[in-house]
Amino acid sequence: MKDAFGAPQSLLVLGGTSEIGLATARRLIARRTRTVWLAGRPSPALTAAADSLRALGADVHTVPFDALDTESHEERLGKIFTEGDIDMVLLAFGVPGDQARDESDPVAAVRVAQTNYTGAVSAGLVCAGALQAQGHGSLVVLSSVAGERARRADFIYGSSKAGLDAFAQGLGDALHGTGVHVMVVRPGFVRSRRTAGLAEGPLPTTPEAVASAIELGLRRRSETVWVPGALRMVMAAVRHAPRPLFRRLPV
Amino acid sequence: MPHFNTGISDRDGYTVTLMAVETHVLDDDCVALSGWGRTAPTLARVYRPRGHAEAAEAVRAHGARGTIARGTIARGLGRAYGDAAQNAGGTVLDMTGLDRILAVDATTGLVVCEAGVSLHRLMAALLPLGWFVPVTPATRYVTVGGAVASDVHGTNHQVVGSFARHVTALELLTADGGVRTVPPGTPLFDATTGGMGLTGVILSVTLRLLPVETSLMSVDTERARDLDDLMDRLGSTGHRRSHSVAWIDLLARGAATGRAVLTRADHAPYDALPRRHRARREPLAFRPGRLPAPPPYVPGGLLNRTTVGLLNELRYRRAARASTGRLQPLTAFFHPLDGIPHRNRVYGREGVVPYRFVVPYGQEEALRRVVLRIAARGCPSSPATLRRFGAGGPGWLSFPRPGWALALDLPAGLPGLGAFLDALDEEVAGAGGRVCLAQDSRVRPEALAAMYPRLDEFRALRAELDPRSTFTSDLSRRLAL
Repeated sequence: MKDAFGAPQSLLVLGGTSEIGLATARRLIARRTRTVWLAGRPSPALTAAADSLRALGADVHTVPFDALDTESHEERLGKIFTEGDIDMVLLAFGVPGDQARDESDPVAAVRVAQTNYTGAVSAGLVCAGALQAQGHGSLVVLSSVAGERARRADFIYGSSKAGLDAFAQGLGDALHGTGVHVMVVRPGFVRSRRTAGLAEGPLPTTPEAVASAIELGLRRRSETVWVPGALRMVMAAVRHAPRPLFRRLPV
Repeated sequence: MPHFNTGISDRDGYTVTLMAVETHVLDDDCVALSGWGRTAPTLARVYRPRGHAEAAEAVRAHGARGTIARGTIARGLGRAYGDAAQNAGGTVLDMTGLDRILAVDATTGLVVCEAGVSLHRLMAALLPLGWFVPVTPATRYVTVGGAVASDVHGTNHQVVGSFARHVTALELLTADGGVRTVPPGTPLFDATTGGMGLTGVILSVTLRLLPVETSLMSVDTERARDLDDLMDRLGSTGHRRSHSVAWIDLLARGAATGRAVLTRADHAPYDALPRRHRARREPLAFRPGRLPAPPPYVPGGLLNRTTVGLLNELRYRRAARASTGRLQPLTAFFHPLDGIPHRNRVYGREGVVPYRFVVPYGQEEALRRVVLRIAARGCPSSPATLRRFGAGGPGWLSFPRPGWALALDLPAGLPGLGAFLDALDEEVAGAGGRVCLAQDSRVRPEALAAMYPRLDEFRALRAELDPRSTFTSDLSRRLAL
């Protein structure tokens, strides 16, 4: 069960090698989390992630999970919920894709969309149903500012996150008043291994900052969290910028 | 708009599906419940039994085989701050339907009432007969069942002990659906009093009452300039009042740290009323006032260092330096905040986290350290009280034990409050003290065993009496009770 400050005792991370996911898990283990489920494609990285959390004193399990294999979500994720209550599900999987290559490779582009959007829709619905059956819990969905307004530089990734964001908002409204809380997290450019070498966007942030914003959002039962918080105002302006102007912006 | 399976698909069968395979419309009985602190709401199906038979039926249905039951828990008026009377995904029995006062013996002062009767109602019914509830917490809007299950205490704990000491018998609906009459002195009684409703559903209670001649209190007030002064005054034995409590200013710093207003009181005897006092004509009148409620949406952060500091200053300066024998209505003395309905709204959306602990006598240093830490941090707590507890009751999970008890309420939105209270827990547990389970919404499960040495006995009795965990609450899940 979550305590008065929204700190969960058990956590399921979908995308068990995600840096934001692991930073969040570390932060929550320092509070109340004792049981962590890491769902991801079996790999040495997943094992290493589990070991790193075990070293912090948590009881860590790994589950094979592939976002693209939506047929298996119900069974794989359902089994986790039969083992005990999950107080928080962190939907952290996603691929950035390679915009330049994907534009000329529709199959690769579709894979980005399937991972980030359809995979998340399937996993999100399965988890939402299970959370609703247990009558409590938080579903934290990692969206992105890229989904707020599609940019020339990454509109394939951005459009998939836009879909995910809209889905998560609707899901949050559908579950309003059911004891289940859906929180959409929209980080800006996150400095991590995955983005090393890429040109930094404005207002860059870190996985640790995202983790602490998630912890704060859990306490406040927020529905939307921007990391850093200043992006809320920035994006409000960007969202309304006329197209001819937006095209010329160096973003 | 998608609908999800709510978990429990039909009322009589109580079948439960775990996954959202077939979609399902949420029905009206499912309600998101939270405690008085308005933190951590969870969804439960609320069922309001009108009698013992309906309550037994609801409990039996949940123990039925072949279902993934998420248990059931009794709930009274929802005045516990934490998650003691919530049951996520399961059933909550709203006991306020069992609200009959079954028998009153006005000569010996015994009352038999159903568990859903509130102390407010008992007072309204019994005061005209010259009887009063022996122990009353800071609010009278609690049910008798809830008062037994959390073994509440009052400002007179030093003299009369906690609520359960005045219970001469109770009827308990256990997990098998049977009703047992539980007399004091049995293990089941000791597990049930303070047992947070986890041994069963309390159906009715026989309570021994306190005779009173008037509905007024004779109150002495004095000021204490700092914590040491306060503890000296509270500990002094040169007074005969049965009620004593100190309101303490936790925002005062420096030399004034722990300054307080100490009140001691007794029920005023009829002869002590001045001549021509209007209470002479109607000594047992019970007319609590009622103020308007705060609006449903109050912004958070209203109770901050500035506002609470001002309130505290006002309260300290307004109090008489020393006065004796001032007459005050019962309700104004015991339940000064009950006149404001929904007063928990003033903490805003994020809610309030209570911190109630007791440290044994001889551990004054620990208490001093905790008060200093709270004052140094500038936690806006209004109001906070310090009192002395007498001998503890037999309840296994009952909160009161001999020592100094400090109670404060803090806005949940204070940054870093969770970690801060965890650190205070360590201080309290290290001194051999404990935090109150009935008001808890945040304690670390690992810290509990040191605070409640009879916890293992409680778990063993529950395992034997209720092997399928029919009685489950969010509190019991969170703390593995």
